[in-house]
Amino acid sequence: MSDNKNANQTPDTGHSWDDGALRELLNEPPGWWKLGMWVSLAWVLVYFILYPSIPLATDFTKGVMGWTAIKEYKADLKEVEELRAPYEAKIKKMSASAILADSELSSYVEKSGKVLFGDRCAACHGSGGAGNPGFPVLADDDWLYGGDINTIEASITDGREGGMPAFGGSLSAQQLDDVTQFVIGLAQGTKHAAGAAVFEEQGCSGCHGEDAKGVTFMGSANLTDGIYRFTPGTAESVKYTIAHGVNDGSDPETRNAVMPSFADKLTETEIKKLAVYVYKLGGGQ
Amino acid sequence: MSSKPENQNKTDHIDHEALYEDADYWHVNTGEETIHAKRMPGRFRTLKWWSASIWLIFFLGPYLRWDGHQAILFDIANRKFHIFDITILPQDVWLLAVVMLFFAMLLGAVTSVAGRVFCGYFCFQTVWTDIFTLLEEKLEGSPAQRARLDKAPWNARKIRIKVIKHFLWILIGLLTGISFTLWFADAYQMWESYLTLTAPLVAWVTVATFTVFTYIFAGFMREQVCLWLCPYCRIQGVMYDCETILPTYDVKRGEPRGKLKKNTDPQGRELGDCIDCKLCVAVCPTGVDIRHGQQEGCITCGLCLDACDSIMDKIHRPRGLISYISLDEINGKPKLKLFQRPRVLGFLAILVVSVAGMLWGVTHLGSLELSVIHERQPLYVIQSDGSIQNKYELKVLNKTDKPMDVDLTVTGTPYTPTIHGATMPWKVAPGDVGAFTVFLRIPGSEFKQERTTVVFTVSDVEDENVKAVYESMFFGPGH
Repeated sequence: MSDNKNANQTPDTGHSWDDGALRELLNEPPGWWKLGMWVSLAWVLVYFILYPSIPLATDFTKGVMGWTAIKEYKADLKEVEELRAPYEAKIKKMSASAILADSELSSYVEKSGKVLFGDRCAACHGSGGAGNPGFPVLADDDWLYGGDINTIEASITDGREGGMPAFGGSLSAQQLDDVTQFVIGLAQGTKHAAGAAVFEEQGCSGCHGEDAKGVTFMGSANLTDGIYRFTPGTAESVKYTIAHGVNDGSDPETRNAVMPSFADKLTETEIKKLAVYVYKLGGGQ
Repeated sequence: MSSKPENQNKTDHIDHEALYEDADYWHVNTGEETIHAKRMPGRFRTLKWWSASIWLIFFLGPYLRWDGHQAILFDIANRKFHIFDITILPQDVWLLAVVMLFFAMLLGAVTSVAGRVFCGYFCFQTVWTDIFTLLEEKLEGSPAQRARLDKAPWNARKIRIKVIKHFLWILIGLLTGISFTLWFADAYQMWESYLTLTAPLVAWVTVATFTVFTYIFAGFMREQVCLWLCPYCRIQGVMYDCETILPTYDVKRGEPRGKLKKNTDPQGRELGDCIDCKLCVAVCPTGVDIRHGQQEGCITCGLCLDACDSIMDKIHRPRGLISYISLDEINGKPKLKLFQRPRVLGFLAILVVSVAGMLWGVTHLGSLELSVIHERQPLYVIQSDGSIQNKYELKVLNKTDKPMDVDLTVTGTPYTPTIHGATMPWKVAPGDVGAFTVFLRIPGSEFKQERTTVVFTVSDVEDENVKAVYESMFFGPGH
């Protein structure tokens, strides 16, 4: 019988089943497959010579090309920096208000400012300047020290430290309640005569102004709007602020309100970028 | 063949010879033998040349000019497709999906009607292999001469012929690669950059890849690509049904086959019409024997029909021993009309939908697009005067080729939002996206809800009808 199921007459392993109907033939792998294997092997050798590859006891082979991932990263970074260089050079020479006026530069700065803000500011002020309990919202138009670009830049550079004496010792419980109701009423449009009297005689207007709208020169809060420096804006919270003050060293339970200076933490360019970014969050004036 | 034992126990005494009888003629060429197909003129040969010439568009298309620019240019770098007067931006890329659907359904429809028409007549693998083997025949001679040359020892003549052949093959591969790249950048500039060796790396890599694969696929692998590399081969096989017309050997007429003895009258012989001349096998580019019926190796190119018809003419028998015929027809069943075949109708219906989609898409490309991203951090801000402010980033795409000034209006809400932080009109460069930040404010006394819908509309200052609309949300504290 001619072996017509084995056209190439390939030798078999001698393993056969079903009276020789099933056999295991010794077929060679296809040529292209073997070629692929040898080419791959050759490539491995070439790769080992060119690139860092073989781990040694304390070191590794460096490869003749001297390639490292960190070098590649640095080269890429350099490329990006070259792209940014013309903008950065301009920003360095310009004032924050001039950058703001230039639409192309200000949108460039907004993007890099966002990264800086995330690194440096968002921990307290929240991402997007959304604010956090005890830390002011930067996206609204209520500013303690003023919302123009130069003031914002100054606030970042030099920092800010709020100050309000604690009235807990000098006011009776009744007076404290009255003045609290008066302050709450300012924003809600209701009047509280007894509280107004306390406000007057304690000299609150000396800092917060005759109209209680705050004085940006001193960083005193505007008491007539619904935005509170210390949230939530409830009577209890307002009363606490009046009783314990802000940064009053004589009261251990005083409110804390310190914005650190970034003059020695950031470059001037970075501060300009942040000022523009904060300005454009929604409350710049 | 052993005779079957009486009272056989089916599980214990399987007749292995009978079981494997079917496999006797099985021969799967896995590339160890080169198919040297014979070329001969005929109806399907001519048809094949016409269908193959569609690939001239591939080579010549990039040089076509339109309005001072390349008529068809897939400008990937600038993310614009130019097709004559139409410019397609990435935002309209859904059109590409419709185009792909169209071709997929066309493949389905054609295959269910007439088999692997694509494989046999249009596929680049078939066409390029055809050209490569044509060159081979011009240089090396007939299939027999080619087989002899392959076995012959290396001498000056063999070396000369082989070097010229491989040079021409690589040249075709190179031209294929270059032509491909010309669709993606200005054709003339690309040629200049190739000739001055200043083309970008990606272009060189593309050309090299195409050259290598054209050379290997059409020069060496040939039918092997169809047999085990190409998915469409197998996909199309399942689109056949009993009504699909395919190159088919008429078994009833042809069998029993037998050699025609000299000086005998073919009309009166007791054997079938097949004289077992094996010309149908000799001309087959994939090396199959069509007389075994439809099989995976058959790309339905019709060349065996030409071959068989020429023999039938010579022995004065009617043509069509091998012909395009459906299984039903050969079994004497009535032939169904196209509209009676649900499969064809299904393909056609989707085909019509995709054509409609393409037409609608091309005529409704529009010239302005808008998308609005609502700032989520913070969702809203309460201003000093008690109003609620939301921040939005607007992206305005100008699809025209002129700069456009656009205005913004906000509607779609019972409240009266005011727009802040934007100086209208905005300028948007042609084919570009302008990003703008705006703030909407609604008085707090007015807005007590958690949110309301707002509809942003940007429109061309010069033509109000050119506009784009986007629905977004306005958020508030909700008390």
